[in-house]
Amino acid sequence: MTGVLKRVGFLLGLPAVLFALWWTASAGSTDFYFPPLSRILESLVDEWFGPRLMDDVVPSLLRLAAGYLVAAVVGITLGVLIGTYKRLRDFLEPVLEFFRAIPPPVIVPILMLVFGIENTMKIVVIAFGCMWPILLNTAEGVRAVDSTQSETARVYRITGFARLRYLVLPSASPQIAAGLRQGLSVAIILMVISELFAASDGLGFAIVQAQRSFAIPEMWAGMIMLGLLGFLLSLLFRLVESRWLAWYHGLRKAQKAG
Amino acid sequence: MTVPTTTTSAEPGAVAAGAQPSTGRSRRPRASSPVLLGLLGLAALVVLFEVLPRIGVLPRRFFPTSSEIGSALVDQLGQPDFWAALLDTIQGWALGLAIASVAGVVLGIVIGSSHLLRELTASTIEFLRPIPSVALIPLAVLLFGTSIESKLLLVVYAAFWQMLIQVLYGVQDVDPVAQDTARAYRFGFLARVRYVTWPTALPYVMTGLRLSAAVALILAVTAELVIGNPGIGNRLAVAQSSGAIATSYALVVVAGLLGVVVNLAARFVERRALSWHPSQRGEVAL
Repeated sequence: MTGVLKRVGFLLGLPAVLFALWWTASAGSTDFYFPPLSRILESLVDEWFGPRLMDDVVPSLLRLAAGYLVAAVVGITLGVLIGTYKRLRDFLEPVLEFFRAIPPPVIVPILMLVFGIENTMKIVVIAFGCMWPILLNTAEGVRAVDSTQSETARVYRITGFARLRYLVLPSASPQIAAGLRQGLSVAIILMVISELFAASDGLGFAIVQAQRSFAIPEMWAGMIMLGLLGFLLSLLFRLVESRWLAWYHGLRKAQKAG
Repeated sequence: MTVPTTTTSAEPGAVAAGAQPSTGRSRRPRASSPVLLGLLGLAALVVLFEVLPRIGVLPRRFFPTSSEIGSALVDQLGQPDFWAALLDTIQGWALGLAIASVAGVVLGIVIGSSHLLRELTASTIEFLRPIPSVALIPLAVLLFGTSIESKLLLVVYAAFWQMLIQVLYGVQDVDPVAQDTARAYRFGFLARVRYVTWPTALPYVMTGLRLSAAVALILAVTAELVIGNPGIGNRLAVAQSSGAIATSYALVVVAGLLGVVVNLAARFVERRALSWHPSQRGEVAL
């Protein structure tokens, strides 16, 4: 029992202290830029968990999901191809290195020219930006398939789809997961950035709108909302990953212990 | 949690041990051909971007040809403003990265060395880390406008967490026997940090440096693009809104090349700093 209490204490101790500090320090604040936390939270509950949830948060999340999904499918497919064929990898490697090195937000102005400012542009921006970590990690994972397993599969004439399904993808999945995780944080950044330029709805749009109209508590609330979203999405990812890769984490633990 | 977020790149260090035979097989005999093929790939990209807009597969209006982009690039290289912008970007990147690295290393070692501190801060770190630093843009604008501080705020916030997390992993990796031995010989805290913790953590610090160098560049350019701090990103925004399409593409190319240079430099520093390291860190192999 005390063990549980202690763990809860460690988990919530510092956050509680920080929250209390912010609350008391800002309580009587008349500083325009740093409104009292109570007002920020009021706005968070009234606005962000009220009408804005459907108007701004959901459209943002839908675009995020669409872009991320496209990036995952394209990235993993191309990654498997590039990881499998050495010549192809040699051929494309410098090109991929270059595209990966382009800071993703830079392509927003270009894609705005091509796709306008509608949803398509935002989804393409998200997909394009977060595809590279997924693609490169997948290629790396596929390349590093255990050679004994690979040769065993060959001896048993396991080829084509079965080889992909039972050998390549499982053995590359830890790397694919690493790529997907990196891709997710890039995707969130791009979700916000793509809405800063030109948009009529979305989290990024709403926050900047609040800032430009000097609705400071709303702006803070939006920032907190965005932070919560980033936190929850990464939590969700970790949950999915720990299920998906339970075998791998178990294997690692066993290897470390042995 | 136990998996370090370190596998960014197509580098040998990130390959699992089982893969060694296959890399061995595909080496040496045709040492020049991968390089040649790679150059061919780059050439193909350039040709594709020359031909496709010309024959109308890609709309010419939005896709300038490679030669147009090239001449826009050359034109940029001749302008002193361009070099000033490039310097601004590099300055923001370097300063932000330096602040984030020092803060990350110092805090990482302090927190990582104490079990109590680690437990206390774990939940807070796990909460703050995934907050996208672009969430800070409105605050940065309000507080600092377009001066360099707003850029630094974003860069430092993004790069700091990458560094801190890696240092925390590294400090936890310290061999308890070595730690106890140092204690038995009455090494003080600083001496232990210098001779026990630091060498163990260095590979992780270098991974952190490589990751945060890339992230810092992204955020530096983003800040310029969105907030309007002087730099390459701002130049791109101006070029785009004034309809100078070839110039916009040229500036994207510049940003990409800058990214390549940053990646290569980070890997070079990493190799230099770890040349002594026996295993070149098997730990981060996922």
